[in-house]
Amino acid sequence: MDRQPSAPKVVIIGGGGTGGALAHDLTQRGVRVTLVERGEITSGTTGRHHGLLHCGARYAVKDRESAVECIEENTILRRIAPGSFELNDGLFVAVTDAEADYEKVFFESCQAAGIPVRRVDRAEALRLEPRLNPELRCAVQVPDGTMDAMRMPLRFFATAKRNGAEIRPFNEVVGLTMTDAASPRAVTGVSVKDLTSGRTYEIGADLVVNAGGPWAGKVASMAGVDVPIQPSPGILVAVRGRYCNMVVNRLHASGDGDIVVPQRELSVIGTSSWVTDDPDHLTVPSDHVEMMFREGSMMIPSIRGAEVRATWSAARPLIGERGASTGRELSRTFKCFDHAADDGVEGFVTISGGKATTLRAMAEATADVVCRKLGVDRPCMTREVVLLPHTEYYA
Amino acid sequence: MTAQESPVTEQAQAPVDTHATSGTGRHVRFRVSRFKQGDQRPHLQDYDVEIAPATTVLDALTAIRRDQDPTLLLRHSCFHASCGTCGMRVNDKEALACVTEVSDLDCDTVKVEPIANQRLVSDLVTDMIDFYDRFRAIGRPLLRQSEAFPDSEVAPGVEEHRRYESCIECGLCLSACPIVASDGRYLGPAALAAAQRTVAEPRGGDTFSVLRLTDDAQAAWRCHLSFECSEACPSNVDPAGAIMFIRRKLAGQRVNSIFGRRS
Repeated sequence: MDRQPSAPKVVIIGGGGTGGALAHDLTQRGVRVTLVERGEITSGTTGRHHGLLHCGARYAVKDRESAVECIEENTILRRIAPGSFELNDGLFVAVTDAEADYEKVFFESCQAAGIPVRRVDRAEALRLEPRLNPELRCAVQVPDGTMDAMRMPLRFFATAKRNGAEIRPFNEVVGLTMTDAASPRAVTGVSVKDLTSGRTYEIGADLVVNAGGPWAGKVASMAGVDVPIQPSPGILVAVRGRYCNMVVNRLHASGDGDIVVPQRELSVIGTSSWVTDDPDHLTVPSDHVEMMFREGSMMIPSIRGAEVRATWSAARPLIGERGASTGRELSRTFKCFDHAADDGVEGFVTISGGKATTLRAMAEATADVVCRKLGVDRPCMTREVVLLPHTEYYA
Repeated sequence: MTAQESPVTEQAQAPVDTHATSGTGRHVRFRVSRFKQGDQRPHLQDYDVEIAPATTVLDALTAIRRDQDPTLLLRHSCFHASCGTCGMRVNDKEALACVTEVSDLDCDTVKVEPIANQRLVSDLVTDMIDFYDRFRAIGRPLLRQSEAFPDSEVAPGVEEHRRYESCIECGLCLSACPIVASDGRYLGPAALAAAQRTVAEPRGGDTFSVLRLTDDAQAAWRCHLSFECSEACPSNVDPAGAIMFIRRKLAGQRVNSIFGRRS
């Protein structure tokens, strides 16, 4: 890559999957990148989700746009991150009459979104997954998978690093440097505190990207701008043992406790949804834990007696107006905010929303905006470039 | 905790935060190892945190960072014993902070220190480069065949049931190993366990060259079988058992080579 000293320089704030994928995309286009993160890489929302490699079926009926994004990215990730997924597919199971009636619209919506689906009758579903509720009516097979929520994104960081990006965990942005009051408002860099030493320093940049996920609102406020991020936590319960090999979903409109994601020697039951203003303080409500077992056992009855390995919460960075009460009505798709257009602040872009499965697409859309602003005329390469193994991050 | 123990009645009590770090009245002192670049050596610093029944050491440490001391550094990611980043020493024993419930420790003071035998970066953070360097020659299998239920079929379009390898690369086995503590040249339990997995389930890989790498005074033959690694492992890898497996395999090959055969 011909990354000249004169190449434009971008600082990315936030070491989650989005920040890592963006660092990869921009280095591929010849941009100089420094990424700063206040904790360890993937210590926010990224590492904490259930590890579902979405095929989009969960969104097919209500949110076609999300569904199409998911199946496209699912296909790309299998290609660029080979060996990183438990590829056992997924089953949507109908356990009530209403759910059996819903199967038709679900199946057709998946087809319309381009998601490969296959009808599975009750007997076959029980042969594929013997621990499913024997009362189930029917099922649909979809190309879901399981990802390692930390190691899959780590491959983007590893590849970006190998190509020259500087990745600085435990370096917290304490402020943005801005042009003085007389000029048009512009972000010119970041003030950073190296938390391993206590030293504070500045990094100048042609452009700063806020990839703070549920913390993006806090980062944006440093530039005096508002982004409509609504941190929306959900609870997850990991139990010991694999209760299924395929990802098991409830065949209904999205709801609480309707998915079991097998992963390593665990099965993860998810999830619920509420809203909070403080993504640093996530509770694990007792009634939500009970709900995971109650709802999870509708799909896999024996999971009710499973030994708990861990209970925890993760905050989705949903886009929406403040005031929403549960988070379910907020869009799952991502948005890139150019604060020059929206707020009159140059040199500052926010990416938020989205989900782990669409991290590459979020990065591509953001890198397109960044490159246009910086006058970099290079196409996105990340659909094709096969990522390094996660172990290369530690080299 | 099992599901049966948790209240599942429909008219449940008012929801509570099962991982609360304040307002519970049950105070625990956390004695945490602190170190910043430029310091001569680490020192211990005390913090008071309230705990609920399911509050973990990781919950307490993140609460300290949030509410009391934003300079406290630690690694964490998944919160459910899948990523391996929050390996540390809790009351002198290797543990994953995310699945160590404070109430289970049954004490009023909990000492928390970084894993041993790795370069210290700051506070509870160690540099994992040395850990991963040990894998490079061996290779690191990531996916294995899944133990499916005997009567389960593989769905059309799926190659075979797969799941991630059990090793979560936490470094706790290296921290606990008395040989690694005294001799940095020893390959160590994590990489030897990875080698054993490659040999036991080759998946098309070259098992002969992997075995040859383990056949060394600083590899499979260096272990004293203290079993500290298997004791420390939070993920059922059993590195000590793996090392014994490799030794048997190597011994078998030597017998074969004496009689002119190569297995």
